[in-house]
Amino acid sequence: MTARKLNLKDKYRLLTRDLEWEYSYRDYEEIFKQESFEGIKITDWSKWEDPFRLTMDAYWKYQAEKEKKLYAIFDAFAQNNGQQNVADARYVNAIKLFLTGVSPLEYQAYNGFAHVGRQFGGVGARVACQMQSLDELRHVQTQIHAMSHYNKHFDGFQDFSHMHDRVWYLSVPKSFFDDARSAGPFEFMVAIGFSFEYVLTNLLFVPFMSGAAYNGDMATVTFGFSAQSDEARHMTLGLEIIKFMLEQHEDNVPIVQRWINKWLWRGYRVLTLVAMMMDYMLPNKVMSWQESFEVYFEEAASALFKDLARYGIKMPDYAATAIAEKEHLSHQAWSIFYNYGHAAAFHTWLPTEEEMDWLSEKYPNTFDKYYRPRYEQWRRMEEAGERYYNPTLPMLCQTCQIPMGFTDMDDPTLVSYRQSEYDGDRYNFCSDGCKDIFDFEPEKYVQSWLPVHQIYQGHCGGAEMEDVLGGYYRINLGTDNLDYKGSPDEARWNDWHGLETAEEKLKKAS
Amino acid sequence: MPVAAIVDNYRGERLDALANFHGNQILYLGWDHHLMFCSPVALPVPPDMPFGKVIGELMPGAFSLHPEFGQIDWSGVVWHLNGEPFTPDMDKGLAEQGIDHKSIVRFATPGLDGIGGSGS
Amino acid sequence: MSKVYIALQDNEESHYIVEAIEEDNPDATVIYQPAMIRIENEGFLAIKRETVEEKMGRDWEVQALHVNLITLGGNVDEDDDQLTLTWNQ
Repeated sequence: MTARKLNLKDKYRLLTRDLEWEYSYRDYEEIFKQESFEGIKITDWSKWEDPFRLTMDAYWKYQAEKEKKLYAIFDAFAQNNGQQNVADARYVNAIKLFLTGVSPLEYQAYNGFAHVGRQFGGVGARVACQMQSLDELRHVQTQIHAMSHYNKHFDGFQDFSHMHDRVWYLSVPKSFFDDARSAGPFEFMVAIGFSFEYVLTNLLFVPFMSGAAYNGDMATVTFGFSAQSDEARHMTLGLEIIKFMLEQHEDNVPIVQRWINKWLWRGYRVLTLVAMMMDYMLPNKVMSWQESFEVYFEEAASALFKDLARYGIKMPDYAATAIAEKEHLSHQAWSIFYNYGHAAAFHTWLPTEEEMDWLSEKYPNTFDKYYRPRYEQWRRMEEAGERYYNPTLPMLCQTCQIPMGFTDMDDPTLVSYRQSEYDGDRYNFCSDGCKDIFDFEPEKYVQSWLPVHQIYQGHCGGAEMEDVLGGYYRINLGTDNLDYKGSPDEARWNDWHGLETAEEKLKKAS
Repeated sequence: MPVAAIVDNYRGERLDALANFHGNQILYLGWDHHLMFCSPVALPVPPDMPFGKVIGELMPGAFSLHPEFGQIDWSGVVWHLNGEPFTPDMDKGLAEQGIDHKSIVRFATPGLDGIGGSGS
Repeated sequence: MSKVYIALQDNEESHYIVEAIEEDNPDATVIYQPAMIRIENEGFLAIKRETVEEKMGRDWEVQALHVNLITLGGNVDEDDDQLTLTWNQ
């Protein structure tokens, strides 16, 4: 053999497939115990192909380059007091939600891929899972690192991992991942590779991050884009494993279809948080939630499902509901957080008149009709010195765990109620999607840790709200929670910018 | 198949079983077309609580911040229990009239349709 | 036919890659958004090593695309000479 450089395909073969060995003294079923219980039939793992043909040596090389770029920007951001140059301090609340709600999911993904990487009989899939596991660990680390800078200057960042495991709205993303990780290895791949990467992160890490850049947050946009470049690989892996399962055996088709239906809906429901981050938490507007949704969900999903049609895979029925909700979702989400702003570890606020006009323009069919009157009423209450907070805990959906704030798309002024009875008890849901998921596997979802019910059962620090919010959640009451108006964050922000003005005055005077 | 699991006959713990609520049951209350309250509310209540108390005590605690609350004509309210039309008996206990654990009581107030008729 | 797409970070290196993509895919649409550049095309898009090298004036490996990549949509195929994105329908 000459000493020429190996081409990509040969290198992939040698550094991936060639790592496999014959199992001589143990049965295959004993080694890969979780490969068959979900009903997925694999006849030939050698058909698995990683489209990027990424090998470990190239992985380290390019990941190291990404890291160097990333940390150079973090340093520059910190050295230049980047926190003072974001569009407005209200924006930082989206980042608090990101750190408490999303970054811990990256850690869950790291654990999940380390686990499933062990469960597959095919070496190609195992190596791909190993790399993805490392990616996810990198994401959680870089995100915590980037946001630690904000922790020095703003409230609400201090106890993110403690909060992730306890706070009511964080049970939404947390339970999404708990659901995926307690499923079998193939379902996990559909849940995370398809739903989380394809549906969720593409909306969170692309249009939202572009918005972060537009609002002066160079640190966040950089970790976002850097993470998403890995996600592009993950989406491809997710799509690859779906196609692989479909090609391996026709019996896999209905199973995969059900997982796609389920996880498209699960992922979409988690996106509720991203919808309001886009429309309400970015002071400088780039594109609306609806516009992003049309590009990264509708357009992307229809392309994907057209491509999968040759296997007999169809667009899930629930997609029609998701599409109908696009003109409502962000407003309903922000209403939930405005209602319960006293129980959140970030600040909420009423949109300004100018922001409401932008929302009217972007949502001509819905905003003025359904949502503006609500905000105007809340403004009247605020002006009367009685900022509205909902005094009673909300009813939650058994599956997605979001307060039942979604409405019937035939009459958007009515809450969408669904109910099932199972083994003598009632279970309540926000949608057909969430109800069907429960009905198919009730023994899983009877275990939902619903924060409101847990409070009423006495498992969250006590009977008084202060015990729950301050003691159990560790929200610094009066500091981390309540309206942005009157918060210490607001006072500091005004102070910084007041100081700047004073300095300018001094300069001029001299 | 009640769940895909690696063990046979897997059974999940019922986290919200009635017995876990210290003698109470969960009651959900929703006021139709009044989405200023972003979602229905959840309350722990004794199963023998008379329905009159729901109107007299729970409703004001949950919904009185709405400017239309004081204008409600309770005799003209339209009720639903778990999606079915329902006429509550003010003196009877909740459980006695079929309002069991995790039931939804919805009410509509004809003529009162939220802030400026917007459903909020 | 559905659109395939690729998004790159808006930086110096990406500008050469975008130039190369535009040359090799004359029908592609290039959209500039804050901090990112999105390129989309009906059904197919190719990023060719040779063209990128010509624009950059130096050697460039296709896998180095990952350093500036944000996201993509379509079936991926990558070898030493190019990365292609396709939708079959």
